[in-house]
Amino acid sequence: MIVSIASGKGGTGKTTVAASLTRVWEKPLIAVDLDVEEPNLHLFLRPNIEESMTASLEVPVVDESKCTLCGACSELCQFKAINVMGTLLLTFPEMCHGCGGCIALCPEKALSPGKRELGEISRGRVNESQFLMGRLRVGEAMSPPFMRQVKSRLRDIIAANGRDAIIDTPPGVSCPAVNAVIDSDVIVLVTEPTPFGLHDFKLACEAFSPLGKPMGAVVNRAGIGNSEVYRFCEEKEIPLLAEIPFERKIAEAYARGLVIADLSTHLREIFISMHAKICELAVRPGLGEAAHA
Amino acid sequence: MSKIAITSEGPALDDLVDTRFGRAAGFVVVDLESMETRYIDNGQTQVMGQGAGIRAAQLMAGAGVSFVLTGFVGPRAFQALSAVKIGVVQNMEEGMTVRQAAERFQSGAVKLADGPNRRPGR
Repeated sequence: MIVSIASGKGGTGKTTVAASLTRVWEKPLIAVDLDVEEPNLHLFLRPNIEESMTASLEVPVVDESKCTLCGACSELCQFKAINVMGTLLLTFPEMCHGCGGCIALCPEKALSPGKRELGEISRGRVNESQFLMGRLRVGEAMSPPFMRQVKSRLRDIIAANGRDAIIDTPPGVSCPAVNAVIDSDVIVLVTEPTPFGLHDFKLACEAFSPLGKPMGAVVNRAGIGNSEVYRFCEEKEIPLLAEIPFERKIAEAYARGLVIADLSTHLREIFISMHAKICELAVRPGLGEAAHA
Repeated sequence: MSKIAITSEGPALDDLVDTRFGRAAGFVVVDLESMETRYIDNGQTQVMGQGAGIRAAQLMAGAGVSFVLTGFVGPRAFQALSAVKIGVVQNMEEGMTVRQAAERFQSGAVKLADGPNRRPGR
C-alpha cells in the first residue's frame, strides 16, 4: 500500500505526520520524500544514506552539419525548446520536457539525446525501514519529470520487497502535488482548523477527488480556530483519521528535529490509531468511485 | 535593412505601444522607406503557457525586421532575437503611440539594448 501525506496549505504538518507514521507503521516500510523542492523528512528520520544518483532529462543536441532547417522539430515542440529561427536551429534546453519527440521525428537524424540534470535521488535506511528522497537541482524549474524518476525507483524497491510506502508530498494543488499523490492507494490530507487551513483543504479535496482515491483528514493544531473544517469533512464524507493537539511541546520537538510519536505514549497512540484507520480506508472505495455508484 | 517592428495594442500607427514583447497583442511592422505598415497579430502567442518570447522572436525573424521596439524583453526572447541579429530597442513607455515610437527611432534618440530587462515568463 502506498500512502501519500498531502495538504493544500503548506506548514500544516505533512512531514510531522509522515515521520511519526513511519515510526509506528509495521515494517518493512519505505519512507519517501517527494517534496523535491524542499525535502526535509530526512531531518527527522535521520537515515543512513547508502547511495545517491544524479537524475537527468533527455534533451536534444543539434548536429548543425546534418540539419536542413526543415522545421519538423520546431513545429512539434509545444514548449519552444527547439526552434527554427531564420537560418538557425536554436535550442532552449531548460524549456524541454524531455518527450523525445524531436529526436524521434528528425528525418535527417540531426538530433541526439543530451542531458539536463534534474536533481539527486538518495536511498538509505532508518532502522528496518528504507528511505528514499529526491532533491531538485537548484535552478531547475520542472519537478514532475524528476518526481517520476524518484517514483520509478520507488516502484523498483516495492517490486523487490513488497513493502508499504509513506510519501511526504509537496504542498499546494498544482502539478507537483498531483504528481506526488497520483500513484498512491490512500491520500491523507493534513489540515488545521483555521480559515486558511479550511480554504486550502477545500482546494486539495477538489484537486484530488477526481483521482478517485480514498481520502482521509488529519486535523493538526486541534483546539485552535473553529469547527468549520470538521463540518466540511462531514459534509464531504471525508473520515477524520486523527487530531493532533496544539501543544507547545510538539512545536519545540519539531524545531529540534524530533519525531513527535516518540514524545509520549499518548502521541504515539494517536499515530497507531491513525495507521489503523488508514488501513481501513485503503479497502474502501474512493470518493470518485463512490460518486458513480 | 529598413523594416522595424513595434509591439502594439492594435494595427494602426496611432494605436498604443504594448510594452510587453512576447505577450504583445501584435506587431506593427513599418517600412521606413515607404512608411507602409503591416500588422502581425500575436494572439496565438499570448495564450501560450511558456515560450511566448521565443515564438514572438520567430515571428519577427519571419517578418524580416532589423529592429524591434518594445517595453520589456525577457532573457530567452532576447537570446532568440540576438541569434538572428535583430536589434532590440526597449523601455518604450506605456501610453506612447506606435507612431511616436517609430519617430523616436528615426530621430536616432534610442539606444540598442545589450541585454534583457525582464525576468523570464513575465
